[in-house]
This record gives sequence, structure tokens and C-alpha cells, in this order.
Amino acid sequence: MNIRKRLFIILPVVAVVALIVAIIVLSSGGGSSIKIIGSNTVTPLSSVWAEEFMNTHPDVSISVSGPGSGVGIAALIDGTTDICQASRTIKQSEIDQAEANDVEPYEIQVATDALSVVVHPSNPVSELTTVQLSAIYTGEITNWDEVGGNDVEIVAIARDTNSGTHVFFKEHVVQMQGLPTEDKSLEYGGNVLMLPSTEEGVSQVANNPNAIFYPGLGYVTEEVKPLAIKRTADSTGVLPTVQTALNGTYPIARPLLFYTNGEPTGVKGQEKVIEVGYVPLQ
Amino acid sequence: MIGKTSPDTTTEPKEILRRRWRLGEKLIESWIFLAGILTIVVLLGIIVLLLKEGLPAFWYTPPWEFLFGTKWYPVSEPPTFGITSFFVATLWVTLVATAISVPIGVACAAYLAEVAPAKVRETVKPIIEILAGIPSVVMGFIGLLLLSPLVQSAFNLNTGLCGLTAGIMLSLMSLPIIISVSEDALRAVPDDFREASYALGATKWETIRHVCIPGALSGITAAVMLGVGRAIGETMTVLMVAGGALAVPVSPTDPMMPMTAAIASGIGNAVRGGLQYQALFAIGLILFAITLAVNLIADRVLDRQKRKFAR
Repeated sequence: MNIRKRLFIILPVVAVVALIVAIIVLSSGGGSSIKIIGSNTVTPLSSVWAEEFMNTHPDVSISVSGPGSGVGIAALIDGTTDICQASRTIKQSEIDQAEANDVEPYEIQVATDALSVVVHPSNPVSELTTVQLSAIYTGEITNWDEVGGNDVEIVAIARDTNSGTHVFFKEHVVQMQGLPTEDKSLEYGGNVLMLPSTEEGVSQVANNPNAIFYPGLGYVTEEVKPLAIKRTADSTGVLPTVQTALNGTYPIARPLLFYTNGEPTGVKGQEKVIEVGYVPLQ
Repeated sequence: MIGKTSPDTTTEPKEILRRRWRLGEKLIESWIFLAGILTIVVLLGIIVLLLKEGLPAFWYTPPWEFLFGTKWYPVSEPPTFGITSFFVATLWVTLVATAISVPIGVACAAYLAEVAPAKVRETVKPIIEILAGIPSVVMGFIGLLLLSPLVQSAFNLNTGLCGLTAGIMLSLMSLPIIISVSEDALRAVPDDFREASYALGATKWETIRHVCIPGALSGITAAVMLGVGRAIGETMTVLMVAGGALAVPVSPTDPMMPMTAAIASGIGNAVRGGLQYQALFAIGLILFAITLAVNLIADRVLDRQKRKFAR
């Protein structure tokens, strides 16, 4: 009886002590750690670099996660990450918020991406103009026959608002930034599917003959067909490749970025960029 | 540990024992008291946090515009927040999930409690309870890879990522709760009731239909409400399979974004204290109000049912 009663008192105390010890051990765990968070597009690249770095520096552990550029930038502003990976540039409003939190965003371009527009391989459409793409994603064009395809409804797939690609595509394609037809009031249409990851979008396109999606070049697989993009109706269609992104002919190429708090030292690793499927800086 | 607190060796052993016992009792009492208080403190904390972070959203967007607006553009300049489409999506998904899981769940519970031999019941019930333990992300994968192509071809849809797929997956997730709780409720109906029914010449079906199920209705209602609560609050599965379109869904076969998915897909990139952050907390506040309402209604029904049987 007495022992049992005593156990009742001692057990919680032991549990609390064990918990505290566990927390201390875990938080002070050996070696240093680096956290990289942000763009889903940049994740494959950062992962390769992180693996390489951890091979040569076994005492450092790097965690990479890719919920979206917006998440990374929010984490940078809140001071909860070391490096933010982004597939869009930081907004002025975000710089202001960061500075208010004593964080100084420092931008490093790590690669270039040709933002690819992909469809199912069976889709007869092989090129689209920026204006057509914009109309598809605003919901103005809803049938493939309006752009030279079969008479079936278009399933337009986008990333969710966490994504830098979502924002980049909205500004440069949906709102047609830099074109005479630019219209800042255009938004994604209500029929557009917003998916939480690039992989899910690509696998949807691979399985749905009517779907269209915009993954980064590194996510384009054999199961989907990239479209040639025409900046205007008269220009020739350009396929997303390393060459067309490097020589600037591909209309929706974009920088992939790292943001840190203040300027870091020593940046290398460009040889890995091409392995992952993106475009190196030179 | 406690023994060391009374080093006074001159006292009689009995006295020491008594004192120890009293001290132990006090400790346990306060421990339990703290545990009890903790749940209330946590609940109050959640309400305060939701109100503090969520209410300012209504300074920027008036409540009626927030509730009845159909445009949700959180990353535009200036942002627009209207959650009608999320709200309707949650309704559709929950409706589909309830419509599927309640008849199947109650029928299954009736079979297990009234018809199945003990051996079958003892094998089937644990298996059903394992179903409850499947992580929601796994259900999302199943929905994405297996169910959505099926739904797409069966209903001749443009895409299998829609409210219907999400609702079916959710019904699978709330089924174990509904079956388990309803079965317990049915088994709690006294055997006298059944015997009286049989004595009046009722068949097994008539007994289940007119005696057992009405007798256990309060428990079944609670089970249904728990299932509905699960369907409203589930996030990962709907995020993966509901499609995430922003238009107000007019049919369950449209792609849609329920409230939980809207919060999950936006909270990551919302900067603490920003407009989007507040708007997402406001959605959380509304979601909380809905689940509270569901629970209160369930409570009322249970109460009425109890009084009816207490005659």
C-alpha cells in the first residue's frame, strides 16, 4: 500500500526530471546544425549541397525543408532559420518587416530556373503564348480547343500561396509583367487547383490528359511534356532547357535565391546545379 | 524522497507513517488538481490566443465581407480576404463524409452488437480500431493515388481531386469512431428491452430497428457528432485530395479548399502579426465556433434523449 502510494508520487517526479534531461541533451546535441527552409523548387538543389557538405564536414548537420518560398521568408523574418531558399525575390514589405525584427536579408543567387509549363504527353498542344497562359490561369480560357487542342476542359493546376512559384507565375505570366498587355489586377481564377507541392502537381499532370501545371525545370520528368513558350503571338516558341535559360531566350526564366541574415562567407557548389536539372550561373 | 523530509527520529514509527501518508495525500491531491486545472487553462489560452490574433482581421475586413466575400487573395497587393468558398467547401466535405459514414457506421455497429457472434465481434472490433490509427497523411496518399482516379472515371470528371474524394476519405476516417462508440452504446441497452421485444413476437430486425437503436440513440448521436467533428477538423487529407480551388463549390465534385486546408496552406508564409496571419487566425476562430456549436447541439440532443428515457 505504502509503496504504491510512494510510487504515485515518485513516478511523476521521475518523468519530469527525465523530460528536462531529454530536452537539455537534445538541444545541446554535438556539432553545429544549419537549417535551410523555403522554396519547394530549390529543395532538390539544397539537399544535394547539404549532403555534399555533410560528407566533408561530419560534425555539421543540415536540415532542408521545402514548404514554399513564403514560408522560408517568413521564417527568416521571424529568425527561425539560418538560410531561406526562395524562388522569388523578397518583397519590399517583407524587407521592412525583417528590418523591424533586426534581420538584414542578404540575397545570393544560387542558380537559374526555366519555369516549365507541362502538359500530359498525349496533349496535342505543344506551344502557348504568355497571353494564352494568362487566360488559362485566370479562367478566361477553359477548353483546350480554344488554344488548338482537343475539345476537353482544361484542368489548370497551380501551387498554393506558400509557394514562390505561385507568386512568380502570377506576376510574370498571369499579370504578364513586362508585356504591353500587363494587367496588375489579374488574379488566379477560381477554377485553378492549388496543390501543396510541386511533386503532386507533376504527378497529376502525368495522370490527367487535360491538366496543365508549372514546375521548376528540376521537376520535369519523362512522364510530362514541357510546352514551348511564346512571349508574344509572333515570336517563336522556346522550350525550357539549360541553354535557353542561359542565353535569355526562354521567357519565364527566374533566379533561384538564398537569403541569409547578413552577408555569409565562401560560396561554392555550382557544378551540382546541372546534376539536379537547373541552370548554373555561368 | 519523502522519507527524508521527516528526520525526527524520536517520533513513534506510527506517527511518521501517518505524517508521510498525509503529505503523500496532499501531493497527489494537488497533482490531480493541477492536471484538472491545466486543461481549463489550455482551453482558455487557446480561446484568448484565437481572439487576440484573429479579431484584428475584422478591423481590416469587416466581418460580413470576411464571411460572405468570395475572393481570397492573401499575397496580392492589397490582399483580399473572403472565406465563403472555404466555408461552403467544409460544408460539402463534411456532408459527404457524414452521408457515407453514418449509415454504414451505425449498420456496422448494429451488426457487431446485435447479430455477430462473439468471436466475429472480438476479431472485427480491434481491426476497425486499427483503422482509426492510420495517420491522415497516409489516408491522403491513398486518396491521391487510388481513390481520385476512380472517382474521376466513375463520375466522368475533369479531375479526381475534388470534395467528393476528400469526403469519402474522411468518411473512412470517421467510420471507426462512429462504429466503436455506437457499438458501445448499443451494447449498453439492457437485455430486458430485447427480451421484452422478442416476447411480443418481434423479429430480430424489428428489435434492432424499434428497440435497440432508439434505446441507444443518445450514444449514437454522440458517435455521429464525434465523427462530424473529425471530418470538420481533418486537415492533411483534405489538403492533399480536395483540389484546393478558390471558387465557391456548387457541387461536391468540384475541386475545393475547406477551411482547415486554407489555414494549413497559408499559415507557413504568413508573417507573425501580418494581415494574412490575422485572417488565418480568424478562420481558426470561426472553425472553433463551428465545432463548439456542434458539441453544444450534441449535448442538447443527448440531454433530451436522457430525459425521454428517464420517465
